[in-house]
Amino acid sequence: MYEKDGEKYFVVDSHMHYWDASPENWVPGAEQYAKGWIECFHAYQSLGPPATHWSLEHFQKYSEDDLMKDVFEDGHVDVAIFQPTDLKEWYTEGFNTTARNAEMGKKHPGKFIYNTNFDPRDGDLGLEELKRNVGEYGCKGVKLYTAEWNNGSRGYKLSDPGAYRFLEAAQELGIKNIHVHKGPTIWPLDKDAFDVSDVDHAATDFPDLNFIVEHVGLPRIEDFCFMATQEPNVYAGLSVVIGGLMFARPKFFAKVMGELLFWVGEDKMTFGSDYGIWEPKWQIEGFVDWDYPSDEFSDFPRVNTATKKKILGLNAAKLYGIEVPAECQLPAEAGTPGAPDDAQLVAGA
Amino acid sequence: MTAPVRVRRQPGDAPRAGGVPGGGALLAALATVRDPELDEPITTLGFVSSATVSPDGKAQVHLRLPTYFCAPNFAFLMVADAYDAVAALPGVRRAEVVLDEHFASAAINGGVAAHAGFARSFDGEAVGELHDLRADFLRKAVMAGTDQVCRPLLASGTAAAALPELTLGDVPPSPALTRLRERRAELGLPAGASAPLLIDPATGAPVAPDAAGLHLGRARLTRTSLEANGSICRGMLRHRYDSSGEGQHHQGEEAP
Repeated sequence: MYEKDGEKYFVVDSHMHYWDASPENWVPGAEQYAKGWIECFHAYQSLGPPATHWSLEHFQKYSEDDLMKDVFEDGHVDVAIFQPTDLKEWYTEGFNTTARNAEMGKKHPGKFIYNTNFDPRDGDLGLEELKRNVGEYGCKGVKLYTAEWNNGSRGYKLSDPGAYRFLEAAQELGIKNIHVHKGPTIWPLDKDAFDVSDVDHAATDFPDLNFIVEHVGLPRIEDFCFMATQEPNVYAGLSVVIGGLMFARPKFFAKVMGELLFWVGEDKMTFGSDYGIWEPKWQIEGFVDWDYPSDEFSDFPRVNTATKKKILGLNAAKLYGIEVPAECQLPAEAGTPGAPDDAQLVAGA
Repeated sequence: MTAPVRVRRQPGDAPRAGGVPGGGALLAALATVRDPELDEPITTLGFVSSATVSPDGKAQVHLRLPTYFCAPNFAFLMVADAYDAVAALPGVRRAEVVLDEHFASAAINGGVAAHAGFARSFDGEAVGELHDLRADFLRKAVMAGTDQVCRPLLASGTAAAALPELTLGDVPPSPALTRLRERRAELGLPAGASAPLLIDPATGAPVAPDAAGLHLGRARLTRTSLEANGSICRGMLRHRYDSSGEGQHHQGEEAP
């Protein structure tokens, strides 16, 4: 919990990691990819305040104690949600797997939620593994990379029949939340990996599932916003937005937040630190203090304490059924959603 | 043999003795190459790490990107476009463009040098060429440019619903307007003085007055997306390389 000026913020970090990218874990023959990947992540960290930068060595592999201190002790987070990324073709034991996350998390009851992942192209075997993971770790969400290669297939669409089979199975198993990585990506090389229209279709056909588009579809915020404004069960995952822009590019951050509040609305935006890329502490403290920097932004929806409470934790708590202490809840009447009608589209319109 | 001429130390567009282009001309040619995703010249973005031309007309250009894993399709387009721009300069007898420190450097550099096209350069990993991707992002550039041109008009009191009445010729000249017209022309969209100011970038159809507000909202959103993305790329590039690129400028960047 974070407390500022008498206000109490319940914090859910809905997108964070516990990875091992140390050289000992690099797959022989694929070292350049393993190295390039983690250095690329490390460059993202440089967009945060200098005092929070880590050495590359520390960044490659941080310890359980580091994580507990950075995220919970110093970082104000109440509940953190692990999002796995296997990458076993580059990292021998995987980069950040469901099992590694759970093994660590089980030592700290109540602190973590373990999401898992699936790939519809894995067929029956993949379904079995999904069932096993949900059974063993109680997963309520999955993280999907639709652009990933698999056995000669260059990515898939969430709207493919094979993906629908998995979404149906996931729903039956009690999965509620589908986190989709639509953002900076490598593969497939020749296709439009940023296209979000498949999320649009799946969201319409699975109204009881929630689709959280991570990194708000960067570099295509506009396509994402246009889709999210029409689909009640599509959410904006703010990982990268706060971490990558709030400190380094405050003016662009204000514009992006303004657009998201306008098109998507404060009830459908969730905070994620993307730890270990960025520590949550400065992001949460900075966001609680944040407002538009000037009158230039007067046509965007306003931001108040209720807006921030929702984004930092209450929205994600609702998605995951996390109990929020009474002192952190909003009174029933507080906060009006940032609906498009509340703001003028363009000054003078 | 004399050492290659560094671009910065050899400004001036006039061909030098023997018809070999000067460094300024080389850099000017590279400035016509844009990052298709960000719609900015590769020079000002800082992606040109060196550009030299030898007295006997061999041009050599080295490019760099913000990360090892920047999208290879966009990277390929930039290397290929840079090659075409440099090779077309009068007096250049041989051009070499090299992308350094990228996971697909070998495939891209080899493919561009062999004029192999994208699909052949990534044999088995890609089936299509990149025209559609380029056009898609060009349409985004048109939308972002529409915001740049229309924002001052709205600020000076013109109502959004009145903008569909205007033509490109009705708008006071500005660099943003020139750029918008160039992007529209590249896509084969109406770009003449009598063409409507607001058009659908996919079809070229004029925007109706009652749809103008939404169209302008989309235009603003698209510009925000492009600029925010560009700012992240610049930040990553600065982390990776502590030197300025040839022709790089830091205009429009905010200090943290």
